Amino acid sequence: MTATARTLGTTATATPTATGVITTKGLTKRFGAVLAVDDVNLDVRAGDRYGFLGPNGSGKTTTLRMVLGLVHATRGHIEVLGQPVPRQSKAALADVGALVEGPAAYGHLSARANLALMDAAGPGGGLRTRRRRINAALEQVGLAGVGRRPVKQYSLGMRQRLGLAGALLRSPRLLILDEPTNGLDPQGIREVRDLLIALNEAGTTVFLSSHLLAEVEQLCTRVGIVDRGRLVRQGQLTELRAPTGRIAVRTPDAGRAVALLDGRAEERREDLLLVRTDDAAALNAALVGDGVRVVEIGPERRTLEDVVLEVTSAGSDRIGAPQRSPR
Amino acid sequence: MIGVELVKLLRRPRTWVSVGLLVALLTIVALFLAATEIGPRPGEGPALLSAVLSNGQLFPAAALAIVLPLFLPVAVAVVAGDSIAGEAGAGTLRYLLARPVGRTRLVMAKLVAVIAFILIAVVAVALSAYVVGTNLFGSEPLTSVSGRSVNTADATRRTIYAVLYIGWSMLGVAAVALFLSTLTDSSLGAALGALSVLVTSQVLVALDAAAAVRPYLPTRYWLAFVDFFRDPILWRDIERGIALQGVYVAVLLAMTWANFTTKDITS
Repeated sequence: MTATARTLGTTATATPTATGVITTKGLTKRFGAVLAVDDVNLDVRAGDRYGFLGPNGSGKTTTLRMVLGLVHATRGHIEVLGQPVPRQSKAALADVGALVEGPAAYGHLSARANLALMDAAGPGGGLRTRRRRINAALEQVGLAGVGRRPVKQYSLGMRQRLGLAGALLRSPRLLILDEPTNGLDPQGIREVRDLLIALNEAGTTVFLSSHLLAEVEQLCTRVGIVDRGRLVRQGQLTELRAPTGRIAVRTPDAGRAVALLDGRAEERREDLLLVRTDDAAALNAALVGDGVRVVEIGPERRTLEDVVLEVTSAGSDRIGAPQRSPR
Repeated sequence: MIGVELVKLLRRPRTWVSVGLLVALLTIVALFLAATEIGPRPGEGPALLSAVLSNGQLFPAAALAIVLPLFLPVAVAVVAGDSIAGEAGAGTLRYLLARPVGRTRLVMAKLVAVIAFILIAVVAVALSAYVVGTNLFGSEPLTSVSGRSVNTADATRRTIYAVLYIGWSMLGVAAVALFLSTLTDSSLGAALGALSVLVTSQVLVALDAAAAVRPYLPTRYWLAFVDFFRDPILWRDIERGIALQGVYVAVLLAMTWANFTTKDITS
């Protein structure tokens, strides 16, 4: 694990910061005795849809809060859009839209009033374009017809959509989203995913944290896996999911196939065989030639789940009983 | 940012409810006094109230004396205690700071909004008391506490002084609540903390055994505003009150700033 971190460290140093959208070096945060974030070297590049993946309590949100200048790092260096945080937070964060640990709004005000207040509070929100931008953002997240109802009457899903609208309001270059599909139904999750992909294709870098593997696998191009405060793996999704050098064959005649392959079948799960070879076509021909019926054949790819399970330990919200010494 | 905070203050129902309650309280007192014409004997009850029956123009000052010990500081402590902790509790603080709004700027804007609330509350009390007082008790030439008569312009000037002095005293309450508001994510906790400081101070002011610390207690000179209605104005306690509150306000605001700008926002 130490070796991994060191390799990532050198990569981050070698990468020119010009294309780096979020770059952290040796980012560490200690809360009292607890090491929440430990030597994290994030490397989020322009155009990425970056999935920051890890179990609850693994340090995702603390990292994200440090990137947004909310929590001060114990050690390390953060650059967002080429500006150091928190020293130049104002310049760095003006072009960032964020959703951190659930949406929040003033309950007695309407969605539009909430967006207008937040827009007026900081830099980059012009008064002349405000109404148009608010309408566009509400339209994007599917709240265009929301009217004057106060936010306290909203459902969890509507609040989540409003939070997203707040992040989109100034068409930021970088979106930092913490669990963006929380509280949404499957239809809503699909809408948000399509929206994020569309925004990304239009040039927005998307950095999202999630503990949902499927969400990251469907949405992201690049993944960082965090475990107990350490970034244990970071890379393109396609690299992480590279073929394993085995071919997966599904056949109802698995027994005969194993005998026929003479030890090349390394693993058998019911009617699924995993065969050490890199030529699926030849394997298929050989099997069919000997009368083995093949239902499905193709290179074995690791799922993101396999990668995550390989590099992480047991859930960090799991607290085992202390070991008792034998009497 | 200051504009945003003022809009938030003015659009909050709570602001107007508490101002409305302050006005309602003094109106109720005035109605009872006018209906029964039984005033407190001189030297008893809230300051100046005994003199109101003979002259309504003194009612603004009397009304301020009625709300000063408890009602006004409670309202100020609630608003100021909510200013940072309320945003933290609702989760909007992280969005404001990530917007990004500078932390110093946010504290300044919150402070300005609290000052605005104090002024709104004190001025609303004074104005409504003037209207209620002159209608119920008539407006003969004002007689000062010391016995000499004073004209209306002079009475208005003295009332404005009293409003500013009480506002300054309330800023001390606000500074305590604002500081506590940066320590906790619970606006109720911050308000209660500020009130417990005040109650402690008021108990000690009345306690002869605590005479040694009395000159340094935050509430010691609050009632000195009555001295604006003496002839000539008795400046000694007023000056001490202004200076003492000034020290409290400066120290507490510095602590507020130091704590908030270095704090980890985990709410």
